[in-house]
Formats: sequence, C-alpha cells, structure tokens
Amino acid sequence: MSVPEQLRYSEEHEWVDGLGGESDIVTVGVTAHAADALGEIVFIELQVAEGETVEAGETCGEVESTKSVSDLYSPVTGEVTAINSAVIDEPKVINDDPYGEGWIFKVRIADEPGDLLGAEAYTKLIEED
Amino acid sequence: MSDSSALKTPLYDVHAELGANLVDFAGFLMPLRYASEVAEHRAVREAAGLFDLSHMGEILLSGPQAAAALDYALVGNITPMPVGKARYTMIVDRDGGVLDDLIVYRLAEQTYMVVANAANVAVVRNALVERAGGFETVVDDRSATYALIALQGPAAAGVLARFTAAPLDDLKYYAIMAAPVAGVDALIARTGYTGEDGFELFVSSDDAVKLWKELAAVEGVTPAGLAARDSLRLEAGMPLYGNELTAATTPFEAGLGRVVKLDKPGDFVGKAALAAQAQTPAGRRLVGLVAHGRRAPRKGYEVVTSDGTPCGVVTSGAPSPTLGRPIAMAYLDSGAAESGLAVDVRGRREPVDVVPLPFYKRS
Repeated sequence: MSVPEQLRYSEEHEWVDGLGGESDIVTVGVTAHAADALGEIVFIELQVAEGETVEAGETCGEVESTKSVSDLYSPVTGEVTAINSAVIDEPKVINDDPYGEGWIFKVRIADEPGDLLGAEAYTKLIEED
Repeated sequence: MSDSSALKTPLYDVHAELGANLVDFAGFLMPLRYASEVAEHRAVREAAGLFDLSHMGEILLSGPQAAAALDYALVGNITPMPVGKARYTMIVDRDGGVLDDLIVYRLAEQTYMVVANAANVAVVRNALVERAGGFETVVDDRSATYALIALQGPAAAGVLARFTAAPLDDLKYYAIMAAPVAGVDALIARTGYTGEDGFELFVSSDDAVKLWKELAAVEGVTPAGLAARDSLRLEAGMPLYGNELTAATTPFEAGLGRVVKLDKPGDFVGKAALAAQAQTPAGRRLVGLVAHGRRAPRKGYEVVTSDGTPCGVVTSGAPSPTLGRPIAMAYLDSGAAESGLAVDVRGRREPVDVVPLPFYKRS
C-alpha cells in the first residue's frame, strides 16, 4: 500500500501535506491503507464547515462504506479553509486517488503539529496492523 | 489476515491471485471483496457474480428413515418433498430458539443434503447425529469434500448453459439436479442468497478451481466477495444467522413462522415450545427500515420512538447500493408506533421509515 515519502501521518490514518512549506495551509486526507480497509467509500460526512476550527486528534466527520464506518480525525489544529466538494459528491474518489483528487479538507495551521509520523514510521504502523 | 489457524477453501489460491481482501469468517480465510464491493454488488444485480461458498457445510443423511429423521430434527415437513426439490427450513432447540437456518435438498429417494451456515456446521452436525439416533439413517458431514460455487444474477442461466447440457429451463427455483458442468460432476441447485436468479454448484473440492476458472473467464461474470453477498441479501430481506436469527430468536419473531410445520405428523424437537409461541403474539417482530439521511443504521444500534424511548434494535444495516439510501432490518417491540421512529446512529438520532421487506425484488 502506497505511503508517499513527503507526507506526514496520524495514527488514525490521515495524511497531511504541506507541513514545513512556505504556506501555513496544509491539506488533509485519509491514507490508501485506511481507504482499502474500509472498502469502497459511499458516504463522507464532515462535521465542520469552511471557516470553522478543527482540533488535532478530535473527530471531525465520518467515512462510511457498505461494510463499515469509521470516524475521521483531524490530524492538525486550525481553521478549515477549503472542503473538497468533489469527494463529498463522489466519495469513491478517495479510494481511487487517496493522496491526490481524494484530499478532504485544507486547514490554516497556527503551529506545527508535534506528534505526526513520517512515512517510515507510518509504514511500520500499518504493517503491524 | 494471515491467521495460520484459519482454514482455506479449495479456491484460496485463486482468491489470493485475484488480489482479494481475505478475512477470517467462521474460521475460514474468505474473500471479503476483490476490488470494489459496490461494483461486485451491482454486477450481481445487472449481470452475474461468482461466489466461493465452500466454507458452508454439507451434511448428508441417507437411509430408509432419513426423511423421518429430518422431520424429527427440523421444523419443516421433509417427507412429502419430491426428489430434486429443496426447502428452506430451520433447526431449533427445545425452547424453539433457532440453531441455524438451512436448505435441505432431496438428492435421491433416500438421500438428503442439509446445507448449514459455516459457523454452525458443528452444532448442526452434532444435533443431527443426536436427533437421528433412533432412526435408520446415516449422518455424514461432507463439508470438507464439497466445494460450493454460486453463480448469481440475471445473466447466470445464460452463462451456465454454455457449460452444461442440463435442461436448466426445467430446473425451477428451489430445485436441484446432478449434471456435469464444464466437464465436472456437479449438483446444480437453483438457489441463492442474493435476490437474483442464480445457481449454487456443489462439486468435489478437487474440481473447484477448474470450474471457477471456466466460469470466471466468461465476460460479464464478476468474482464477488462476502461484503457484496451481505449487502445483496440485506436488500433481498433475507435473514443472516448471527444477526436476524440467533438461539435467542424464534422463527415467529423473524417473520418466518411459515417454515414451522406444526401440523406435520409426529413430534419434532422444539415443537411444544413453538406451538405455544404460535398461540401468543410475539414480543417483537422483524421490520425493514429506510433512513431519511445518509448515515446508516448498523447492527446493534437502538431504534427509538419520537420521544427517544428505546423500542427496538437493528440487526443488519448498510447503505444500499441499489436504493442509494441506508437500509436496515431491526427487531421492533410489539406495540411500538411505526411512525416517527429514529435509529440512534452513534449518538445522533437518524429518522427512519418502517417499510415492508424485501427492500429489493427482481423484476
């Protein structure tokens, strides 16, 4: 299962792109491993809207397949600046392209989050699953 | 996933080659899905799906009193069933609690095949051995030597006809015949668990891979896993043992009182308890639910009235690929109003309508 090198990961299987870059806005999605474990995602509900705040480690939505449902946790703290309406309309995009078209929301972060995993540590985590 | 104690069906290597997501189900490593379970579900509704059901149990009863033994052991009336026919029935305990739901096929004058759910094979076999004790019959658990492949969907008959000379047009729903399929000796049954037309093919374990590969090579035939099987049977309103049916459930609560043949000749295990239940209104009944929103009721979630009072429990639920909305089956307390209900979906009440089962019926 692919684990891109440049991303950071939460233990709840979300990825974060753009940390340490010039912008303070990062992109969040769920990993290929999580999407595969869920099965084809048929419904995603976000409990936050643009302009609202998410807290690292707090639930901010749900991801549902025919077989199971899983909470979505925000891996970072900050203000939601964009929500990917394409995945809300057609959640299967998350299965098809979890690290690209399947991004879920963008957050303007106040501080660098401390406890995210690198690709190597995340790969180890999912291999132990 | 690689639990070494789990059993493998004869088709395990085929599933692995196909890249199936394999999970432990009733002690067997079974394909949950190959790619998308929703696509597999749709393939069965629109064309044909191929399922490995080799984990299920096949128990043969043979001898001059095989039918009498089954009449005593099960709730159905087996004796009048002609050769080549099948019945949906149940085995219950003394209190009328359901031990398993079964299909019984009459293979020959004195030979019957009982097909049991994988998780219940030992329970069913042991009960049959015990209950058949006073009868002139032999109980033979053949689960390990039979493979079971199901071909289900509107295209199933056309596909199967390419591989067999058997007169499939004459094989009615809930009938079975022996005939070669793709050069392999098979029992062809017109039964299934999807709500579509289709077949269940019982073959020797040694022949399973050959038969699967021949059928899977046909364009329009999609291998389908247990996830699709579950969403298909839910749409078709078919009960699943462990969900809608348990030892704590009676056939009457499950809306399956029609399979209990209280007026068949002679006694049968559970008869007294079931006769009493038939006289008393059940305390709860199985209903269909369709959610207004997108969040699906799931097994174990509480059904509540408009003022939040618990009045039932969900036994199965999922977003329905065919209906495009979440559906569920639930036990609803007798006397509970049928309007204004909701399901507590992880702390939030999601409104639902009570609807007749099944959710989906083929046209």
